[in-house]
Amino acid sequence: MASNALVVGELAEGELNATTLELIGAASRLGASNITVALLGGGASGAASKAFEGGATKVLTSDDASYDEFRGDQWVAAVQNAVEQASPDVILLAQSHVGRELAPRLAFRLDTGAAMDCLNVEDDGGAVKATRSVYGGNAMATYSFVTSPAIVTVRAKAQDPLEPNAGASGETGELPGASDSRTTIAGREIVEAAGLQLQDASIVVSGGRGLGAPEGFQVVEELAKALGADRAAVGASRAACDLGWYPPSQQVGLTGKVVTPDLYIAVAISGASQHMAGCSGAKTIVAINKDPEANIFQFARYGIVGDYKEMVPALTEAIKAAK
Amino acid sequence: MHFVVCAKQIPDPETPPSAFKIDPQKNEVIPAQGIAPVLSQFDSIAAEAALRLKEAAGDSKITVISMGAESAQAAIKQVLAMGADEGLLLNDPAFTKGDPHTTAKVLTAAVQKLGDVDAVFCGRQAADWDWGQTGLLMAEGLGWPSAIIAKGVALDGQQLSVERVLEDGYETAQAPLPAVVTVSNEFGEPRYPKLQQIMQAARKTVTTWTAADLGLDAAEVGEAGSRLRLEKLFIPEKEGKVELMEGDTATEKAQALVKALQGAKVL
Ligand SMILES: Cc1cc2nc3c(=O)[nH]c(=O)nc-3n(C[C@H](O)[C@H](O)[C@H](O)COP(=O)(O)OP(=O)(O)OC[C@H]3O[C@@H](n4cnc5c(N)ncnc54)[C@H](O)[C@@H]3O)c2cc1C
Repeated sequence: MASNALVVGELAEGELNATTLELIGAASRLGASNITVALLGGGASGAASKAFEGGATKVLTSDDASYDEFRGDQWVAAVQNAVEQASPDVILLAQSHVGRELAPRLAFRLDTGAAMDCLNVEDDGGAVKATRSVYGGNAMATYSFVTSPAIVTVRAKAQDPLEPNAGASGETGELPGASDSRTTIAGREIVEAAGLQLQDASIVVSGGRGLGAPEGFQVVEELAKALGADRAAVGASRAACDLGWYPPSQQVGLTGKVVTPDLYIAVAISGASQHMAGCSGAKTIVAINKDPEANIFQFARYGIVGDYKEMVPALTEAIKAAK
Repeated sequence: MHFVVCAKQIPDPETPPSAFKIDPQKNEVIPAQGIAPVLSQFDSIAAEAALRLKEAAGDSKITVISMGAESAQAAIKQVLAMGADEGLLLNDPAFTKGDPHTTAKVLTAAVQKLGDVDAVFCGRQAADWDWGQTGLLMAEGLGWPSAIIAKGVALDGQQLSVERVLEDGYETAQAPLPAVVTVSNEFGEPRYPKLQQIMQAARKTVTTWTAADLGLDAAEVGEAGSRLRLEKLFIPEKEGKVELMEGDTATEKAQALVKALQGAKVL
């Protein structure tokens, strides 16, 4: 059994983000009796209470604002310090730009292995086992670790947080301030889609290469608008993003965003495994595709076979009429 | 300048799911009949990044390295045809069934043996096992700075400037050479070699190095040296019970869908 778990948390505008709570949930289900959460950046010590409420037993922080702009070499040094303090059997990170970079670096420094982008992590008679999708989602692979600690990055929304325990508290400790970095961040440009963010939307309508032209996204956007600007967001397949029809920040899939809405509507998307890796956690999938043999129909609960140019405006009207 | 491109040969990731088969006893993917293995796409984009730097810097050399079986010559030749200068195959039975740790160990040893390398370019991940670790593990092993998931690279003297893709935007990270860069599809399409270049590449000899050539012990590479053990490989079950909307017109189908979604309390 993993008795000591270290969770590398992340802050969003000084608040603990949702994935950190999911990681704490995963650590708890591994049977860890000590769950240490490391938090770096402005607001870290203030975010500790939320980590305790989420199930952490100890929180290590540094409020050094230099950590806000993620640089791998600075973060890995701080997390190594957290490893010394927490002696973890398992280290959990998010499959985010932080975890993607830190997990391999930590694995090297601790001379152990890292399993990336896992959907599940479990305790199997004292051994940590991690399951991830491979071959773009065509297959799943379960790994065990030859060395300790086991390092695991977990896909967003693959794990549930614990019920928050209001008022819970625990031990706190400090992490060092940021060391010098060899990397300079010369500029950063945030390209947020206007309005509702993809990951927060309860409905996602995505368009693919089958839209044929960037204008196709207008039809998709109108459908999203009819479903409600407060709950529906627009995504895209990689093929559509690579063609420059929609911003890469809206890409859904293995190398894009993972979404788990109540309803996912895939318009003119073939359903490649790498795309489905980003949306197969949706409660209900609807596919609109002119090819009845398209792979997307293997995943969809409901489907419309037909040309999106006719079907999507008709659906937009039907939704407006039903309101 | 001497740039290295790491290139991996993989089963074609566009293999239709119906043709994708595994051997659950051996925990292996069974190569699909009639579908040739390919150079992992992110690696061809990494090659494109290196080529553009070479063209900008002038007087530079690109070595393409692949760890793999004899068949991986094809991946090497593809990058040579794109414009790389030298090919290096790291081939040894001891290298098989490894994990990211052992792959990076072998590639790092090769870069160290080359000696005068200024930058290493890898794909952001290989499209077979999707690890996304090799470039970072090499950076750690070499003690070099790294920038991952690049959509643009530029060189100003000894300073590398990398435009990186973040979840919610982009950043420009700068680091001194030598460095490791991993490249993403946002970089753009790799060039397509001309027939003449393909023929020239076909005639080039590719050097092969084994574990012994790299000073590596069989126990520290491949399956023996791995930190991760593949316990089980399986194909996830799909529900596959789609309900297709009936109707003579688009409006009828759309109304049927709205009704079905309302019935299921999704709308
Ligand atoms: C390592 C790796 C990572 C990847 N990561 C991602 C990722 O994160 N996200 C992602 O999406 N992809 C990803 N891909 C790419 C993926 O394999 C597919 O190539 C991509 O998802 C295809 O996009 P698409 O479905 O829009 O296009 P296509 O596969 O070309 O499908 C277009 C569909 O539109 C339909 N169509 C055409 N015209 C119409 C019409 N008029 N009306 C209705 N339907 C129509 C067609 O029948 C077809 O099914 C990745 C690939 C690799 C190798």
